[in-house]
Amino acid sequence: MQRQGDSLRRGFATKDIGAARATHVARGAAWLRTARHGGILALIAVLLILPVFLPNNFYYDVAIKTALNAIVCIGLNLLIGYAGQISLGHAGFFALGAYASAILTSHYKWPGLLAMLAGALGVALLAFLVARPILRLRGHYLAMATLGLGIIVSIVINREIPWTGGPDGMSVPALRIWDWRLTGPVTWYWISAGALVLAVWVSLNLVESPVGRALRALHGSEIAAETAGIETSRYKVLVFVVSAVFASIAGSLFAHAERFVTPVEAGFLRSIEFVTMVVLGGMASTFGALVGASILTVLPQVLTAFDEYKHVVLGAIMIGVMIFMPRGLVPTLMSLWRRRAS
Amino acid sequence: MAEFLQFLFSGITVGAIYALVGLGFSIIYNASHVINFAQGEFVMLGGMGTVSLMLAGLPMYVAIPLAVCLVVAVGLLLEKFAVEPARNAGVITLIIITIGASILIRGVVEVVLGKDYHRLPPFTGETPIIIGGAVLQPQGLWVIGALVVVVAVLRWFFEHTRLGKAILATSYNPLAAQLVGIDVRTILLVSFGLSAALGALAGILTAPITLTKYDVGIMLGLKGFAAAILGGLGSSYGAVAGGLALGIIEAMSAGYISSAYKDAVAFVIILGVLFFMPSGLFGTKRTERV
Repeated sequence: MQRQGDSLRRGFATKDIGAARATHVARGAAWLRTARHGGILALIAVLLILPVFLPNNFYYDVAIKTALNAIVCIGLNLLIGYAGQISLGHAGFFALGAYASAILTSHYKWPGLLAMLAGALGVALLAFLVARPILRLRGHYLAMATLGLGIIVSIVINREIPWTGGPDGMSVPALRIWDWRLTGPVTWYWISAGALVLAVWVSLNLVESPVGRALRALHGSEIAAETAGIETSRYKVLVFVVSAVFASIAGSLFAHAERFVTPVEAGFLRSIEFVTMVVLGGMASTFGALVGASILTVLPQVLTAFDEYKHVVLGAIMIGVMIFMPRGLVPTLMSLWRRRAS
Repeated sequence: MAEFLQFLFSGITVGAIYALVGLGFSIIYNASHVINFAQGEFVMLGGMGTVSLMLAGLPMYVAIPLAVCLVVAVGLLLEKFAVEPARNAGVITLIIITIGASILIRGVVEVVLGKDYHRLPPFTGETPIIIGGAVLQPQGLWVIGALVVVVAVLRWFFEHTRLGKAILATSYNPLAAQLVGIDVRTILLVSFGLSAALGALAGILTAPITLTKYDVGIMLGLKGFAAAILGGLGSSYGAVAGGLALGIIEAMSAGYISSAYKDAVAFVIILGVLFFMPSGLFGTKRTERV
């Protein structure tokens, strides 16, 4: 009943385009809407049931890492999949968030949530300052700038030993909310799971909002989008800042969950891993980013024999997916399934 | 003064390497507008290949040309089986493919040849040459000499051979080049082969100075990339000038300011160039046609 009313409203709004087209759009919107709600409900169900299958702390830890990587990838997917830009430095933002939390809570005794917020604001400002002049250029430029930025962050973290502990890393105090001390893998499983659901919800809503439509338009053709009155550089900056903040918050959570951070988190290879996760799962698909992050986080942890061949497999996946499945796992399987269903 | 000269010598030596790597980026970018993030792995493969062939008992003068041929083969394979199938895909796809290729190559070398450091013997002994109180290693002269020869040969190649002119024509306008009968696909293959050869050469020349290992390609590749951007992507002379400038700035800042942040200099320069002069020192400003 409610769905009917909704499609009716939409039908009226787009009346002048033509009745047939309008009902088509309305039906499409209603379908997406249920898929969106259905997807989140399915995710919540999986996250609620998953602990039953986690035998010990090690597996809880893998689940936490998966959820936090997925948050970064969901943000990165907004940039790669919807805005058509690439960042080769997202590990830098992740590490900035992690080290902001680590340094502010240990050296300055800030409350954990405040430190997390400060890290996210700092990263947002940095991303804005970098993106503003560069996103007006086209093509490879954001890739180059983020690459440079990520490596600078990594070098600074390695060198500023009194602050960061250098290559050895530093330990991080437990997250405290007033008198409540949040420790242990089970607690952190629920925190990361909650953060993941929130990230998926924000991302799905953003994609379906006018901002999301503008992003898809500029991915299709920047010039056409501009001609239609979309201020493309503004939207690109916005989505870049949002994706950097996702990474920063995931980094802060990571620091408190693991209670230890090392500069490996800031490395160039970590940035590449994030991109690979998004590409494998499927660009322009929020659940694709989630699937990609899950596969590439769980596999190396579970198959320890895999470790030596990690780079070979990572590289082969990147090339293979781009050539044979350029849309990624989830969108490809979805369209296969839909073709079979119809 | 002696100190300044010393920094200048080491800056020029390192800069010549960056220039060779940057030239590789430039040639491929010109022919195809692809940024080949696997360029650094060509450098590593050149060094590691020569080391392995020499460990297998071959004399150096056989091992070096053999290693260069090997790397050229890898470059051709990369173009044929990874870049060519995605020719018409977007910029992001090609970036991901070449990064994937670089990780794959590094991974294979890591598994097959191990993670140890290796060193090549210097080509002509280790007796240092002293100029104005500053020490110059003979191997440094080899590097600088090689850069001069490479630039001269490339100039001749692009200006006086049919193939070179065809590459230039393709870089100006691929469609028009195809219309006058140039096989654009062959051009791409040639440009990857040429870049691979340059990378291998750079790797072999540096191996006696800085040692070689399966992961040296990451930093050298990124620095060469910075050199190419500084000079203006697609401009060959720009890449050479950018490489030398980068090497000298790096050596000076390591000597006079702080050696801890030596590696960061290149990336600060990348950001600076992108902010203030996105077409680099010698690049032409590109306007997009609709």
